Amino acid sequence: MSAVIDSHSDDHHHGPAKGITRWLYTTNHKDIGTLYLWFSFLMLFLGGAMAMVIRAELFEPGSQIVSPEFYNQMLTNHGLIMVFGAVMPAFVGLANWIIPMQIGAPDMALPRMNNLSFWILPVAFGILISTFFMEGGGPNFGWTFYAPLSTTYAPPTVTFFIFAVHIMGASSIMGSINIITTILNMRAPGMTFMKMPLFTWTWLITAYLLIAVMPVLAGAVTMMLMDIHFGTSFFNAAGGGDPVLFQHIFWFFGHPEVYIMILPAFGIVSHIIETFSRKPIFGYTSMVYAIASIAILSFIVWAHHMFTVGMPIAGELFFMYTTMLIAIPTGVKVFNWLSTMFKGSISFETPMLFSIAFVALFTIGGLSGLMLAIAPADFQYHDTYFVVAHFHYVLVPGAIFGIIAGVYYWLPKWTGNMYDEVLGKTHFWMSFISVNITFFPMHFVGLAGMPRRIPDYALQFADFNMVISIGAFIFGLTQLLFLFIILKSIFAGKQATSEVWEGAKGLEWTVASPAPYHTFETPPEVK
Amino acid sequence: MKAATKTNLKLVSLVLGMFCFGFALVPIYDVFCEITGLNGKVSGPTITQYDENFDSREIKILFVTKNNENMAWNFTSEKRTIDAETGTAYTVDYTFENPTDYPMVAQAIPSVSPGKGAQYFHKTECFCFEEQLLQPGEKLTMPVRFIIDPDLPDDVPVLTLGYTLFDITESHIKLQASN
Repeated sequence: MSAVIDSHSDDHHHGPAKGITRWLYTTNHKDIGTLYLWFSFLMLFLGGAMAMVIRAELFEPGSQIVSPEFYNQMLTNHGLIMVFGAVMPAFVGLANWIIPMQIGAPDMALPRMNNLSFWILPVAFGILISTFFMEGGGPNFGWTFYAPLSTTYAPPTVTFFIFAVHIMGASSIMGSINIITTILNMRAPGMTFMKMPLFTWTWLITAYLLIAVMPVLAGAVTMMLMDIHFGTSFFNAAGGGDPVLFQHIFWFFGHPEVYIMILPAFGIVSHIIETFSRKPIFGYTSMVYAIASIAILSFIVWAHHMFTVGMPIAGELFFMYTTMLIAIPTGVKVFNWLSTMFKGSISFETPMLFSIAFVALFTIGGLSGLMLAIAPADFQYHDTYFVVAHFHYVLVPGAIFGIIAGVYYWLPKWTGNMYDEVLGKTHFWMSFISVNITFFPMHFVGLAGMPRRIPDYALQFADFNMVISIGAFIFGLTQLLFLFIILKSIFAGKQATSEVWEGAKGLEWTVASPAPYHTFETPPEVK
Repeated sequence: MKAATKTNLKLVSLVLGMFCFGFALVPIYDVFCEITGLNGKVSGPTITQYDENFDSREIKILFVTKNNENMAWNFTSEKRTIDAETGTAYTVDYTFENPTDYPMVAQAIPSVSPGKGAQYFHKTECFCFEEQLLQPGEKLTMPVRFIIDPDLPDDVPVLTLGYTLFDITESHIKLQASN
């Protein structure tokens, strides 16, 4: 993307610096957004490669290509990298690029901190990945790093893992402070809260969630560190601690975290659906309240991840009902998207295809979530592939499709060139079909009792697992096409207009394509 | 003060507050477990006085002893089960033996099940309140004294008192070194 922005830099009194220092020292929200997006793309391929190893191992029953110990490391790091390295930085990258342009601000509120919050991320993941080359290997206790697996029984490299998580957390917290301060203080005159674009709204709420729960995660890993090195017993029963306490603290962070990974996607598809339906979004106000309700409810449902630890019946019921309650605001959003499309004059460009797939497939993931929320049924589903199917449906065709849709939607604004629509549609159909081949059969093997997080399985699951693996390989390869489409759009393609999409609403479509290095130095007037 | 600086300060204090809240969850959880009997947690030594006119009833109490992972000690209770009356004090002896040829420190962690009965299980004396240091080959007998609260719900006919013995020699040494 640099090549394109460079060519426009001499319009301004100071454009981007030349060479590598431009990226190292940059405080420009667009540059930092680009860095975040490329970093998350790299992490998507790294985490994806680990998923390929997992699926190759599970292609047939029996031990295939890797040892169980290495399999555990792949499984753990696939989760960690996808959550903290791919999905979250991708959303922060989109926020950096788009939020200042959507609210008519010249840049983020804290540009230097913005630079720092990006550049500590590669450090964090460098530390995490370096553990693979150390004695004892990388983290192998699952992305949820339950104690005592991650304390008493952890490989010696766990300390590096703890510091990596600390740094990732610091990066997220700084990013969130930046986003909130920007949105609260730098909106263009006339842009009231209820006129704010939905992507900005979802990110405002997401940033508050991050600020509330990332410090709790930092606390949890700090307790682990103290248990491992300083003789405390937070999670050690011998010293009066309790391993179940770890799960409570982790999921107090973890449940809001899963909404952190989906709320900005809600914002993205809201914009795309209204643009390509050529109708304003249906029920804007209810959308805002639905996001806020989901965020608030996310703090009181965490123990539905741990129904089987032995809770009093009153606790099980409380967490079961509050969890089911979340279906209401989520349902409001789904119905609003459908109502927006209803009688719209719809066209099916690639971002719209991904968004419609998002609505359909995310709802499937939501539905299996409701099934898991039923406490008595969860005793059957717990730790089976049904859970794997559920959270991959909300994260892959949910969060990741949302991100991909957003990238296609805003790509012409970033590069100044339209992407190749035929390739884009090919990318969509290949992804849509293979994602379902991959994750849908997981429901079946899960209900039939196949446990998750194992390198081998009983023979009756063999056929479905082969299908799942084939789907996963196709899905993985298809994403290389995405990389190609993006590169092609950077270097060539039809020149995009500033509006890009017919009837697209929002301040970001009033600036030239590609967006100049500095935008809205004089705030626009919002009526 | 600039509006943005104000927002930043508020957000930073929220971050610090939530970090402390993470640690506050530890005592909150303990209190919560003690009140509800979650995880079979039982409180420390208690001295309870009852009215003379409580209705006592029969209840069966099972004693379970278990060693954690590679704990080498022999750890047994003198009785496996007793038929008790609520409101009466009982004593059961437990025996510890260190068969290894080095000194070891152990800690027994109690758990009462079902969890809803845990808060009615009052221990007036227990070896589990302190750590045990045994020299090689040393053998020790220690009592547990307890009273079952007469308020124990009627749908709990059996209570199980389980002890898991943990080897804490290593963390004991670590703590001594840091003190």
